[in-house]
Amino acid sequence: MDFIMYKLILVGVVFGVTLFVAAYSTYAERKVAAFLQDRIGPDRAGPFGILQPLADGLKFIYKEEIIPVVSNRFLFVLGPCIAMMTAMMAGVLIPWGDTLVFGDNVYALQIADLNVGILYVFGVVSIGVYGIMIGGWASNNKFSLLGAIRASAQMISYEIAMGLSIIALVLVTGTLSLGEISAQQTGGVGGEWHFWNVVYQPLGFLIFIICAFAECNRTPFDLPECETELIGGYHTEYSSMKLGFYLFAEYINMFVSAAVISTLYFGGYNFPFMNDLGLDHNTISIIGVLVLISKVCFFIFFFMWIRWTIPRFRYDQLMNLGWKVLIPLSIFNIFITGLVILIKNNNWTW
Amino acid sequence: MLTNRSKLVSNKKMTFAEKIYLPALLSGVVITIRHLFKKGATVRYPETKRPIAEIWRGQHVLKRDDKGAERCTACGLCAVACPAEAITMTAAERKKGEENLYREEKYAATYEINMLRCIFCGLCEEACPKEAIFLTDRIVSTDYGRGEFIYGKDKLVEKVDERIDVSVRQTQNVLEFKQQKRLSHNK
Repeated sequence: MDFIMYKLILVGVVFGVTLFVAAYSTYAERKVAAFLQDRIGPDRAGPFGILQPLADGLKFIYKEEIIPVVSNRFLFVLGPCIAMMTAMMAGVLIPWGDTLVFGDNVYALQIADLNVGILYVFGVVSIGVYGIMIGGWASNNKFSLLGAIRASAQMISYEIAMGLSIIALVLVTGTLSLGEISAQQTGGVGGEWHFWNVVYQPLGFLIFIICAFAECNRTPFDLPECETELIGGYHTEYSSMKLGFYLFAEYINMFVSAAVISTLYFGGYNFPFMNDLGLDHNTISIIGVLVLISKVCFFIFFFMWIRWTIPRFRYDQLMNLGWKVLIPLSIFNIFITGLVILIKNNNWTW
Repeated sequence: MLTNRSKLVSNKKMTFAEKIYLPALLSGVVITIRHLFKKGATVRYPETKRPIAEIWRGQHVLKRDDKGAERCTACGLCAVACPAEAITMTAAERKKGEENLYREEKYAATYEINMLRCIFCGLCEEACPKEAIFLTDRIVSTDYGRGEFIYGKDKLVEKVDERIDVSVRQTQNVLEFKQQKRLSHNK
């Protein structure tokens, strides 16, 4: 019973934090865009405009809700629900921190540490395509359909390279569990210490982050909703909070993928010299949570930074990059990683 | 070729560094991050105002004289002078007992300036023999409909108790111009 209560609280907190960060990502996006373009950005709602997400949300709720007569009503409503749900689901696996110890009770700051964690993330992210595909198809609009087809083709293509880059990482870590991968990257000078995985897998990280951009439909891979060609892409026909859900799901996806990147490649909740500070376990854990959140914030900023730097790819360039560059590169990466591990394990020398 | 600015199209093969795209991306990222620390040019308008020139020509005012009577006699010289044809008026004769309202026997019953037509050249002010119309340093405010921009006497004539200062843009040159003999009847 105690266990269930604790997990429920943790789920609630993670849920709340995810929504909060996603809401403020929309604000951050507009602010970052403004600053990168020498503007000021939204600053009228509250001091520095910090109430802007609230205002946006209210606006979305009060907008007229239009469901096209020719659309498939059930699927039309289902689309944004799936997009939102799958976006929220991936956050379950992120190890937000080490354990908290109170007396004999040990509380892990992770909702569920599946032993096939990465596979679960992949599975959930792939279902996200259905949200977009169903929404675009149910709209009964050519632009929506084109956007949806683009989105699904893009996401499926980049999932391959993403998966292959993860295989190389799994070769290094020897586990699929995100909790264990995090724990392996603990740092400190005294005793045994480990680098972050990005040191072992620089190429894998590069491939992974490019694919993460594509999976989140972020610029330069935001072809599913490119305004100039497809109006709004898959969400052309959507209005009111259903449109809000689609846009919001994108920001949640961004948050989750930033968390996954930090966990897999940048040490998760670990920070350098954490074992040498002489602090007690719980303090370290809490600092770790903050460290992970700041890493996540950095990667969210990075996503935005890239968005306001480079224009989007042409569709054939996108497919070229996915199939002809990233997939061979990630296979090459697996090969090299395997070779190095083989040499290391057998102590071969020249 | 005369300007020496024409560029020949070249279809040269991209180098490896250009092909992998990352160096270009990196330089782009550096450029954008520099802008993050740059000061923007934005002026937060209602709170701070952009400095304006001394002779800034803004929204018009129809002046009253010292006793509070309207100076305008509806002579129509401003309307004739207006290159944008933004000014219209109808004249009326002053009745007995209205001497405190209008300075001379004839006055403008209606006086309208279409602020969307107006180009704020200031020729009306120059044409006015009665020193009745002036351009001030006020900015014509925004509105929702075109009709709202046709300013009538209610908006143009200054209130008796809150006079509009027109001395701001009366620079030395303007004052000298106004002291010409043919304008002396205004005194």
